[in-house]
Amino acid sequence: MSVQAVVDKLKARFGDTVLETVEFRGETTVMVKKEEIVAVCTFLKGDLGFNFLTDLCGVDYMGQAPRFMMVYQLYNIGNHTRLRIKAPVEEADTTIDTVSDVWATANWMERECWDLMGITFNNHPDLRRILLPEEWEGHPLRKDYPVQGPDREPYQGRLQ
Amino acid sequence: MANLETMTINMGPQHPSTHGVLQLVLELDGEIVRKATPHIGFLHRGVEKLAEHRTYHQILPLTDRLDYLAPMHNNLGYVLAVEKLLGITDDIPERAQVIRVLLAELTRLKSHLVWLACHALDIGAMTVFIYAFREREHIMDIYEKVSGARMTTNYFRVGGLSADLPDGLEKEIRDFVNSMPGHIATYEGLLTGNKIWQKRIQNVGIISGEDAIDLGVTGPSLRGSGVDWDLRRDQPYSGYENYDFEVIVEDGCDTWARYVARLKEMHESCKIIHQALDKLKPGPVLADAPQIVLPSKQDTVNTIEGLIHHFKIISEGFKPDVGEVYVGVENPKGEVGFYLVSDGSPRPYRMKIRPASFINLQALPKMCEGSMIADVVAVIGTPDIVLGEIDR
Repeated sequence: MSVQAVVDKLKARFGDTVLETVEFRGETTVMVKKEEIVAVCTFLKGDLGFNFLTDLCGVDYMGQAPRFMMVYQLYNIGNHTRLRIKAPVEEADTTIDTVSDVWATANWMERECWDLMGITFNNHPDLRRILLPEEWEGHPLRKDYPVQGPDREPYQGRLQ
Repeated sequence: MANLETMTINMGPQHPSTHGVLQLVLELDGEIVRKATPHIGFLHRGVEKLAEHRTYHQILPLTDRLDYLAPMHNNLGYVLAVEKLLGITDDIPERAQVIRVLLAELTRLKSHLVWLACHALDIGAMTVFIYAFREREHIMDIYEKVSGARMTTNYFRVGGLSADLPDGLEKEIRDFVNSMPGHIATYEGLLTGNKIWQKRIQNVGIISGEDAIDLGVTGPSLRGSGVDWDLRRDQPYSGYENYDFEVIVEDGCDTWARYVARLKEMHESCKIIHQALDKLKPGPVLADAPQIVLPSKQDTVNTIEGLIHHFKIISEGFKPDVGEVYVGVENPKGEVGFYLVSDGSPRPYRMKIRPASFINLQALPKMCEGSMIADVVAVIGTPDIVLGEIDR
């Protein structure tokens, strides 16, 4: 099944949930509403063969609305196609349902996403920080988190 | 009457068999592991955050330091992702592509040698360590001649390579690869027929193919569970479709199967290296894209135009189109991928690394829960993890 056929099936099954489809450099990205993310992923895995979750991550588009974007990279081991699913997440409500029931591998990926980007995953079995210490404050991959750390002045260069 | 109390013991982060700074908290019922909880992050350096503040060329040295046992593969995954973002994938000269494959496979040999040495050492087969490191040292010498560095090579560039291979190196690589099957036979002679080795790793660390896919395991660890999937064959990059090699699949699902798969994979790597050496024809090693690629070092230090060009690319970088790409490559440990989001500026808006070791480590509790505590050491070695990549 080509990627286009997959997109068509998604649209036929979910209708308005599919917000937009983008093609860039031969890669297809489908944006869906975050409320339906588990249903979309279950459908993609069960009916369309995307049995492998390659990776997931959050992107912070600070200053835009919605501020966050969840990105899921899927792979079909049967016919070796890739698909990217995105779901916008509002700044006022930085939560999304976990997909760790669909692919077990999402467990640690979502922990990392919570740790570094501060997206909360509803119904996640074990949502703890994974790379940073438990007592860490803030989420470093957010755009408003300074690269040199929160308690230091930014580097001004050697010559003043 | 069964005793329901369990004992919690701590293994690592300073433990010789944890391959870096991995901490495992084990919950034991007698000698049986009931629960294993990995704690990671001791080496976290925030590579993804740093990448948002550097130009595309400046990020390359950061990628060396992810999986420091396979730096060339990390470089390769990254440069392929940037090239795809720029839309210049088809403009990379033939010679650069062949050298990339050549060095990627040498790196696979090197990474597998370290895995074999440390895995055997963990279990108590110390001799193999010395032999495997002898050959690894030879590959490090080749690395040094190619790039000037033994570990953090930083040799590939967006658009090609930083320099051509030095004279005479092809023969040295050919001689080395010719000697490799004999060396692999030595390791096998020390291990495969060894009763202790067999008892320690057969039927240990079992994970079924379905569980492995569900947990996102990739690379030889997945192929050791009978799943026939290799990105080099199934989504070829850098011209891998032109090479004749076999994807090694073993059905055992245990530590033994993964051991056999990796040893056979080393033979396949040797085959690919021979083919790459045959394909090597003189030609340029950098794409003809002056807006993007750095000038050669000779031009930079000898001509004013070259220096200006170099300065402009280093200080300003290049601006890809707005968009996003994901490229995954078959690292010795599994799929390493780079997801790049460009907002049209010279720096990536977001870079997400898909670390093979991080995700393979997630399967470790599945592999060792229910087994004896002594087997945990055998199981830690088998997914072939590198903490530099896990913690990033």
